[in-house]
Amino acid sequence: MASLRDIKGRITSTKKTKQITSAMEMVSASKMNKAEQNARSFVPYMEKIQEVVASIATGNLDVDHPMLKSREVKKTGYFVFTSDRGLAGAYNSNILRTVYNTINKRHKSSDEYTIIVIGKVGREFFKNRNMPVSKEIVGLNDQPDFADIKDLANETVNLYANEEIDELYMYYNHYESAISQVVTEKKLLPLTDLNEGNSKATSSYEYEPNQEEILQVLLPQYAESLIYGAILDGKASEHAARMTAMKNATDNANDIIDDLSLKYNRARQAAITQEISEIVGGAAALE
Amino acid sequence: MKTLTVSVVTPDGPVLENAYEMVSAKAENGELGILPGHIPLVAPLTISAVRLKGEGNTDHIAVSGGFLEVRPDKVTILAQSAEMPDEIDVERARKAKERAERRLQSQKDDVDFKRAESALRRAINRINVAGANK
Repeated sequence: MASLRDIKGRITSTKKTKQITSAMEMVSASKMNKAEQNARSFVPYMEKIQEVVASIATGNLDVDHPMLKSREVKKTGYFVFTSDRGLAGAYNSNILRTVYNTINKRHKSSDEYTIIVIGKVGREFFKNRNMPVSKEIVGLNDQPDFADIKDLANETVNLYANEEIDELYMYYNHYESAISQVVTEKKLLPLTDLNEGNSKATSSYEYEPNQEEILQVLLPQYAESLIYGAILDGKASEHAARMTAMKNATDNANDIIDDLSLKYNRARQAAITQEISEIVGGAAALE
Repeated sequence: MKTLTVSVVTPDGPVLENAYEMVSAKAENGELGILPGHIPLVAPLTISAVRLKGEGNTDHIAVSGGFLEVRPDKVTILAQSAEMPDEIDVERARKAKERAERRLQSQKDDVDFKRAESALRRAINRINVAGANK
């Protein structure tokens, strides 16, 4: 049986761990709220740009833009959003497993695809497996501004525009609620689902100077904002996942502390009983 | 006087929503003036200042990477960044301007001139807008 001192030591160390995890839980909770807010303030922009793009793209059928047309796929791009730090439960492993399996299923050689990755965890994962990573960002802010990711989004869209990749998939954790995040695959380029969910009649616009040139400007911006939207969504999920993971850790620490306290008290009682019986025994021997 | 509602939206959230009498903005092929009752229009904007004329006062907004959507009673400006004069960090813009100028002058092959140039334009635009209301 463990000595009183051992048990006491374990209780103290578990309590300290609990303090850390519960602090991290609270930090993540407040970050999650902020991230949720960011995601919400992005919605008006997204809706508006979607509306305009859809009205141009559906307004006349002869619009022609490389980003709207599927072409033969020689190389596929995967945009993977992971976190920089661990301690977020299954957040990263879920997403990496999905991407890894998909890539192995779809491609035979590493010439057929390339990966654009955000986050240290993802970067290490793909590097260790010798998978081609063409762009990476680590150390992204917890509350990213559009300016922070603009360059990356721009370069990613350019990969497609320069025909280095012929289609682009995004992988990120979609934030459903504080306790549920779902790995989501989204085909970003070419833009094929413009009319989705936009059944209401859109007004017809005058275009200045003309539709082609507006599409030239608008479609890359649209694609960039889709990427930004995914990043905001992913960030909110990350904080939520970390919050849940830390909450579980705190709960487990509580269980362990309860368990250990019980053991400690039992050991203490046993020690006292033993002492008493020794004294009684000693006194009896003297009589 | 009739007014139109102007809202400026960026990926980081709405910047402004207010009623104005006239909007003038610089589109790709020239200056545009929008009055209430304009026909629906879409036009990309250059890196420039948008002037919003209200009752007795004029607001300036520095926009980059944006476009303008006009409806008869509403104008929406969608921009990758949009700032009011008091939100602009002039010091930072000035530094960005110097940096961009240095990059443009360095004449090395590895410099992305297009990017440096648009960075310079953004910085100059910010400085101008920040100075416009003083």
